[in-house]
Amino acid sequence: MSTEKDMTDYGTAIRDAFAYLLTKHPEVFVIGQGLWSPWYVGNSMTKLDQEFGIARIIDTPVSESACTGAAVGAALAGMKPIVVHPRMDFMLYAMDSIVNEAAKWSSMMGGQANPGVTIRSIINRGGEQGAQHSQALHAWFAHVPGLRVVMPSTAADARDLLIASVLSGDPVIYIDDRWLYAEKEVLGPVKEIDLHSQGPKIVRTGTDVTLAGAGYSTKLCLDAAVELDKQGISAEVVDIRILNPFKPELIAESVTKTGRLFAIDGGWETSGFAGEIIASVVERIRPELFKISPQRITLPASPAPSSRALEDIYYPKVETLVQRVVTSFKP
Amino acid sequence: MNSKLRQALASGEIENSPIIDEELDISALSSKDLTEQLTSMIRIRQAEVKIAEMRRDGHVGGPVHLGAGQEAIAVGISSHLRKSDRVFSAHRSHAHLLALGTDVRKLFAELLGKSTGLTHGMGGSMHLWDQPNGFYGSVPIVAGTVPLAVGAGLAAKMQQSGDVAVAYFGDGAAEEGVVQESLNLASQLGIPILFVCENNFFSSHMHISQRQPIHSVARFAEANNIDSEVVDGNNVVSVSEAAARLISQSRAKNVPGFLEVVTFRHYGHVDWREDIDVGVNRSASEVEKWKSRDPINRLKHAILEKKFLTDSEIESIYLNINSEIEVAWKQAASDPYPAESELLRTVYKEVRK
Repeated sequence: MSTEKDMTDYGTAIRDAFAYLLTKHPEVFVIGQGLWSPWYVGNSMTKLDQEFGIARIIDTPVSESACTGAAVGAALAGMKPIVVHPRMDFMLYAMDSIVNEAAKWSSMMGGQANPGVTIRSIINRGGEQGAQHSQALHAWFAHVPGLRVVMPSTAADARDLLIASVLSGDPVIYIDDRWLYAEKEVLGPVKEIDLHSQGPKIVRTGTDVTLAGAGYSTKLCLDAAVELDKQGISAEVVDIRILNPFKPELIAESVTKTGRLFAIDGGWETSGFAGEIIASVVERIRPELFKISPQRITLPASPAPSSRALEDIYYPKVETLVQRVVTSFKP
Repeated sequence: MNSKLRQALASGEIENSPIIDEELDISALSSKDLTEQLTSMIRIRQAEVKIAEMRRDGHVGGPVHLGAGQEAIAVGISSHLRKSDRVFSAHRSHAHLLALGTDVRKLFAELLGKSTGLTHGMGGSMHLWDQPNGFYGSVPIVAGTVPLAVGAGLAAKMQQSGDVAVAYFGDGAAEEGVVQESLNLASQLGIPILFVCENNFFSSHMHISQRQPIHSVARFAEANNIDSEVVDGNNVVSVSEAAARLISQSRAKNVPGFLEVVTFRHYGHVDWREDIDVGVNRSASEVEKWKSRDPINRLKHAILEKKFLTDSEIESIYLNINSEIEVAWKQAASDPYPAESELLRTVYKEVRK
């Protein structure tokens, strides 16, 4: 039985990935705001600047747009850059470099040049930070062909999918979540996996209902599944992991078995990823297999509030999921 | 000269100033170099004239942004570049590309959407690529490639390759925030890059006087502590000299440089029309005045004065290039279109295995 001290937390796992990449791949460098600060990005990059030098761990002027664009250009010139946006909200200044340049470069240039750049963006909600320090905009990027969108929910994925992203040769939006930084598990040795082969995984098997989510939503699903089990409901949990290109087949298979689908997402409902999950599943299985209509659990249609009273009701909790699922079983 | 020109430009007096009508001083140049530069400029001009005609006659389906009248800039700069340098450009990029030695046929094929084109028919005139010749790419989002060029320069520094990046952009792009960020970043990180602002006074339909309070874009270089030159962009000798100094300094010291070149485009913003008096501040007399400053004619004049070439030798350059262009066009026109499978093949790297 492994003990607490054998375990690695999610934030440290990200740092392990950086250290691995910087050690093994001289083309890797990191650029972004707050990289020389001890507190900007939790424990996920601690002292990398001291270990690998400030020429490769570049803390920058407050220029999200130019820094992201520069990383795209460096990738075209043979480097493997990682851009860090400590809040996803901040990277909106960089949308041209991400959506117009990085995502389209390979296609526009006839497949002759690929900007293999990883753009790490952190979802950092709560703490009364309010509307502009809390957004989870993964669905925007999942909409765009040419981008790969990765949302790890476990420490192992946080490490191995970051490495896979940087080595994939494509532009990748890698999104980690500060609410997962304390999640721990025993990690095996680093694996260099092929990102192109990755997709959703069943992380808990069950027979009565399918819960599908990505990133922190996967944790909510797993915790809810434990509670549901106590109430006699067997939930299967699918961790989506890779939102773009999206491979929904596994979720459809699961729903074929359970007949009930809940899509849980930390974004908003309209044109959001929960809707994408449901649409993709509905297209793939016969209508009579559904025992209930598929359901979405997402954020309310408002910017994030700052007051703790409102913040408390804003983000879906384990109880929210349990209550919604239990209700769906009632006649 | 440089500071007088800079002042005249900044104050809005430049377009009527004799400072941009000075004769070319070719005394330091060899007959061979001058002939090469003249030939390159003529090839670019004749290619664009052909493109304009083909667009007008409906053979080219997409928009083309022509730079006829601005050839001296790319030719003057490219003579100091090597294949491993990293050149980025924007919508008006044909000259920047061809001056690096790109095959005219591949450009034509691209404009026609053919699989033999520079980007295999996937880009058209506004998305061009020829990395083997140093052209990393052009896109039509104004200033979109400026930070990319900064990054390619940063990579050159990290790779210790001695290469430089070049970011071509126009006076309109200087109004984009990301250009300011890019100048600051390049200066702060010490990046080997030449920023080239082709100031042709117009962004699409708007004159610079309607867009900026001071008409010299090089003021942003000064604000970011970047060494700059402001030169007559229709004088290939001035452009070449300024580029030589700034590029060699960038290579040697890992610093950015900024070259502002004053010029004018003969065609309007897009396609073959001249955009005269169509609601824009661009009169026929102004276009005529600038055509009298044609960079090719000015170089020809200087070469003939020095008797480096005769009229008939220049005539034969034109004949050869015109025939090269006709052959290239015919080939491109008969080339195949991309296969349907190309649509999805190039979106991600791995699909191509």
